[in-house]
Amino acid sequence: MDSSRGNQSLFQNIDWLTVILYLVLVVTGVFCIYAASYDFDDASIFDFNEFSGKQLTWIGLAFVIGLVILLIDWRVYETYAYPIYILLVIILFLTIFIGTPIKGSRSWIAIGSTIRLQPAEFAKFATALALAKLFNSYNFVLNQKASNYYRALLIIFLPVLLIIAQRETGSALVYFSLFLVLYREGMSGIVLLAALFAVTFFVVAVKFTDTLLLGIPMGEAAVLIMIMMLIVGMVAIYAKNALVARNIFLGFVGSGIIVAAFAFFGLVLNGYVYFLVMITAALVYCFITMWQVKTRQVTFIISATVVSVVFLFLVNFGFNSVLEPHQQLRIKVVLGIEDDLRGAGYNVNQSKIAIGSGGLYGKGFLNGTQTKLKYVPEQHTDFIFCTIGEERGFIGTAAVIAAFLFLILRIIRIAERQPRAFGRVYAYCVASYLIFHFAVNIGMVIGLCPVIGIPLPFFSYGGSSLWGFTILLFVLLRIDAGRRDNPAY
Amino acid sequence: MRKDYILEKRKYVIIALLLIVAGIYLVRLFNLQVLDNKYKDVADSNAYLKKAIYPSRGHILDRNDSLIVYNKPTYDIMLVPRDVQEFDTADFCNALNITRDDLIKRFEDMRDKKNNPNYSAYTPQKLFTHLPPEEYGRLQEKLHRFPGFYIQKRNIRQYACNAGANVLGNIREVSQKDIERDPYYSPGDYCGDLGIERSYEEVLRGEKGLEILIRDAHGKIQGKYDNGAHDLSPVPGKNLKLSIDINLQAYGEKLMAGKVGAIVAIEPETGEILALVSSPNYDPNLLVGRDRGKNYSQLVKAPHKPLFDRSIMGAYPPGSTFKPSQGLILRQEGIVSLSTAFPCHRGFISGGLRVGCHRHESPITLKPALRTSCNAYFCWGLKNMLDNNKKRYGTIDNAFETWKKHIVSLGYGYKLGVDLPGENRGFIPNAKFYNKVYNNHWSANTIISISIGQGEVTATPLQIANLSATIANRGWFITPHVVKEIQGDTIRKEYREKRIPKIKRQYFEEVAEGMRMAVTGGTCKRAQFRGVEVCGKTGTAENPHGRDHSAFIGFAPYHEPKIAVCAYIENAGFGATYGVPIGSLMMEKYLFGSISPERKGMEASMFNARTAR
Repeated sequence: MDSSRGNQSLFQNIDWLTVILYLVLVVTGVFCIYAASYDFDDASIFDFNEFSGKQLTWIGLAFVIGLVILLIDWRVYETYAYPIYILLVIILFLTIFIGTPIKGSRSWIAIGSTIRLQPAEFAKFATALALAKLFNSYNFVLNQKASNYYRALLIIFLPVLLIIAQRETGSALVYFSLFLVLYREGMSGIVLLAALFAVTFFVVAVKFTDTLLLGIPMGEAAVLIMIMMLIVGMVAIYAKNALVARNIFLGFVGSGIIVAAFAFFGLVLNGYVYFLVMITAALVYCFITMWQVKTRQVTFIISATVVSVVFLFLVNFGFNSVLEPHQQLRIKVVLGIEDDLRGAGYNVNQSKIAIGSGGLYGKGFLNGTQTKLKYVPEQHTDFIFCTIGEERGFIGTAAVIAAFLFLILRIIRIAERQPRAFGRVYAYCVASYLIFHFAVNIGMVIGLCPVIGIPLPFFSYGGSSLWGFTILLFVLLRIDAGRRDNPAY
Repeated sequence: MRKDYILEKRKYVIIALLLIVAGIYLVRLFNLQVLDNKYKDVADSNAYLKKAIYPSRGHILDRNDSLIVYNKPTYDIMLVPRDVQEFDTADFCNALNITRDDLIKRFEDMRDKKNNPNYSAYTPQKLFTHLPPEEYGRLQEKLHRFPGFYIQKRNIRQYACNAGANVLGNIREVSQKDIERDPYYSPGDYCGDLGIERSYEEVLRGEKGLEILIRDAHGKIQGKYDNGAHDLSPVPGKNLKLSIDINLQAYGEKLMAGKVGAIVAIEPETGEILALVSSPNYDPNLLVGRDRGKNYSQLVKAPHKPLFDRSIMGAYPPGSTFKPSQGLILRQEGIVSLSTAFPCHRGFISGGLRVGCHRHESPITLKPALRTSCNAYFCWGLKNMLDNNKKRYGTIDNAFETWKKHIVSLGYGYKLGVDLPGENRGFIPNAKFYNKVYNNHWSANTIISISIGQGEVTATPLQIANLSATIANRGWFITPHVVKEIQGDTIRKEYREKRIPKIKRQYFEEVAEGMRMAVTGGTCKRAQFRGVEVCGKTGTAENPHGRDHSAFIGFAPYHEPKIAVCAYIENAGFGATYGVPIGSLMMEKYLFGSISPERKGMEASMFNARTAR
């Protein structure tokens, strides 16, 4: 094949919209870093001693990396997917021992005296490649065999374990976003739904503990009531038995009124007893009436209910006995149970102040006081979004959110137009990582998520993160550009 | 392929998830940034340390330019609670000579929202106030070891002499109410309390300056905001020159020692108050510094309420000092001529009513009536005006309203408008008042005691003195005031304009002559000194609460008077016993600067007399 013609078609086939979004995010990021570390003495944005100057260097290198990636044949990535993955796993493993300790974690490898890299950032790329390669195997259908799940989960959780061993939990959590990929490839939606319920139960059970209902914490009572409603819902919608659903519902409501009436006159029945008796009764009733005709559904309803109740008691136990006090505190601060403005809540409170003080239009470039005066910790890395909030106001933050939204939606579109599972799965991996980083980073900065130290892609200061995401994105662009070279087989 | 198609649809679930998250974040951001304004304020208080620069408060001088109130620096220890880090408490306590428990107690008090409603961890709070310079020096050296603490220099008042506390007033820390009333104040500021410190607060305090500093997260000052472009330099308060002669004031206070009452001395020509004595008085230095609160509450509880300025707040029956005003009204209204004589046989006897009087000639005309302080004369005069002049006034109501109009024009019944806070208006009844009290059935006899300054009528010593000044001027007065000059400004117009009652000068001459006669051959003989033509009028005011009040008004010299006085001593008996000596000693002291040897005995007996119970 004539190489010049190949390159010509390559540049025609590159998804330039993604490249432009990438450039916009990266360039905006440099300005933010400059503003965040600007210190009243007028250092140039290009000064290498400043974060912004260094970041510009990282960006320059990122462009080189991007260009090199585009020039390499896309088949290389597919062919060497497993070796790359294995290489990264080995590096991750070694990092546990040879990593430079920073703030209690050993996730950085020092190369020489100036350059430090975080292998976890590159492992995302390797994991995405490996997962894509797995799904691209001949006749691979996720739901066909349980072993397919094991293989996928192995690829995902091997780096997770190693990264946790480096004590870099935040980065490890990112890999959980790959469940979105599994979902897209056929994993049951119940898993996502169950996760959603688990989070809801957890938040409700942990948050509302100071008032009592029937002698048990309000939050737990609320979760138990939700479980009761879940039974009614499952019977009605999943088992499609309106009569049984109605009877169970009336039973719950009727018994609830009686118990409430007794409680009103001072005769308080223990909540655990009441709820557990009623839930058991409902399940027994289901079993008797529907076992013969709807065995599968009844089994599911019973097991889902039992799992929910067990989960509730595990949350209670786990939160109080397994989580360490500082982790409990972080969660409590996010849930608004505790206000610890000098400790765990300090970062978030300051970042809320910085963002909140920006108003609609912001204070103007380099006019932010909160970020400039170092009120917000980690403001050039994890909390970079504050700078936008303070200096560019709501217009700025909305624009950044819109930009991320466009980029991610664009990647999903790219994913869906891939002729082969390899490209599709890889693209969804990229989208999932971005969704997770976007949601968690901005969520923590505006006080909606616990503080998990992960960067805002393309914005946050740091070479590893920038290069990691650049590689992820440009490999995707290269695969996409080559999608017509080799149709599905 | 159908299976794949269904799976492809799952992208919508993922997209929906993404959009929901982004939507929630946008709502949250909109809330934080646009709807909720509190973050802006917090950010400003984070980043800008607005430091007030306090101007020096205006000094106060007396009419002879001697400095009586000035400023002394004092040091407050301030801290911003959230900037305070762990520090060596032992070291800190040593520097201040306090125990650890004191320090802990102070911190608790500071955080107690009940005592300190403005407490905030983000704003400067006062830990200790009024550090003496040596403690300040000791702490200043160590201050760098105590981040979050700083020392603020403040000025407190110093008084050159222990006199005139009621006139001068003092300064105190502003209360929550003051802050709500006047946005100029911020917590910890000082403002004037009582006296001219209060009434001239805005002149004395000047304008606070403002320094805006940029402060980083560690509480370190990074420099001036915008190079100080928004800073304001303080404008010092203006000095006040009082009309008070501080020596005369101190002398008056000495005369009043052991007595309850007031002395007011006015320069008739200008309305300037030369002395405004209220007894018991207190040392103004008590209300300065650390012990102010304790001393203040002691003064509140002290017998005879020293904080109550009797000279302008006390409403007393004027007694016979009221008679000159009655003479003026009777003459102006034509009720009596100079030769009109009324009988007095040891009193006024009419329709079963008797108002007693003492032995003197009868019948009697106006000037001798003033000389002898005849009660009957003024009772007959008022009776003629109210009961026997239907032709002129129509009804008794009209007659009484005419009387009232005149007496008000002489300065009674309403606040005179002195430049001090808390002035009492006294009380002059009107016809409506009596109609209500007596259910429309009243005549001159019913109310006859007001003609001799008893009954419902009350007046402040200032109003009584003002009558004396008006007679001294032969028919006009200027609203009495204590501030003579304001540095770089003029005093208010009302303290420069004459107020002229509608009574002819001629009648004032007659009354003045009557008052002169009272000194030469009447009730006030003891008021005479050093050949000065002194005029006077005694007053012995009955009161329902005990012994008569002893009062005196007078002016001197007879022609071109330089001083008019009122002395009012509670429960001290006859006007001649205390009122006359005290009032005349004040005049002599003012006119000559000293007391003549032949009156030294009287002076000493006044210094030593104790009438307060």
